[in-house]
Amino acid sequence: MDNSDKPLDKQHKQSVNFFASVPHARELGIEVIEMGKARGILRIPYKDDLIGNPRTRVIHGGVITSLIDSSSGLAVFCAMTRMEAIATLDLRIDYLKPAIPGKDLYAASECYKLTHHVAFVRSVAYQDNIDDPVATSVSTFMRNSADTRRTK
Amino acid sequence: MDLMDLQEQIRIARETNEFTPLLDAIPYARLLGIRMQLDGQGEPLFHLPFAQKNIGNAMLPALHGGVIGGFLENCAILHLMWVRASLEMPKTIDFSIDYLRSGRAQDTYGQCRITRQGKRVAHVHIDAWQSDRATPIAASRIHLLLT
Repeated sequence: MDNSDKPLDKQHKQSVNFFASVPHARELGIEVIEMGKARGILRIPYKDDLIGNPRTRVIHGGVITSLIDSSSGLAVFCAMTRMEAIATLDLRIDYLKPAIPGKDLYAASECYKLTHHVAFVRSVAYQDNIDDPVATSVSTFMRNSADTRRTK
Repeated sequence: MDLMDLQEQIRIARETNEFTPLLDAIPYARLLGIRMQLDGQGEPLFHLPFAQKNIGNAMLPALHGGVIGGFLENCAILHLMWVRASLEMPKTIDFSIDYLRSGRAQDTYGQCRITRQGKRVAHVHIDAWQSDRATPIAASRIHLLLT
């Protein structure tokens, strides 16, 4: 019998609970859509509060940054065998085209390399079609961060 | 939602030295709670007062990385409009941020430096810091398409 989905279900629940516990994820309305091995998909439903340009009603780039930062972290979490604190080291986003107002925004991330200390992630943000992205991104994360970095 | 023209909001801000209506005209800037003032040299200085809703790690606690990124993107866009480098809202081409320290549950500040301004594209460097400007929490750079 194939039980391979079992731990994933548990991980999925953990992630849903995790995002529900993050105040800013709640504020933006981030939802967990899908999880797999070293990958995850999140969604932000469109709402007026997220508008960056009042004339065009296009969502602000910062919302895409938050969504991609979150989905990238989710992909790292899915790549690890146990819970660890992680911290974003850097994040780069290319904005390929404006998001269409009124439509939900998705971000799919893949942790394509996990080393002892660092996780490497690539992501795409999209609306209707993952092959026609709004933005693409690469990011790196420190593992086992547990705030040893802020010692000044 | 009744949204006034941003250029008109900037004109009013120049006259009144009151920036809240301008920032309130951008829903996402209002969501984060961004404030703006001018420093001693007349350069825009941006302020993100601490708010519980901007927390990304409740355990530490620390600000959400996306909040810091979104704050700095707003800083660059508003800075370019303020110095009249762009009449309409400039469009982000790419944005890159290095997180140097976790953002504590405190007020955050941001200031921009235009490193290059061409006819179509501007390159802007933006720093974020909290209690001490000499120990920034993030350094970022952005390419914006001017309109």
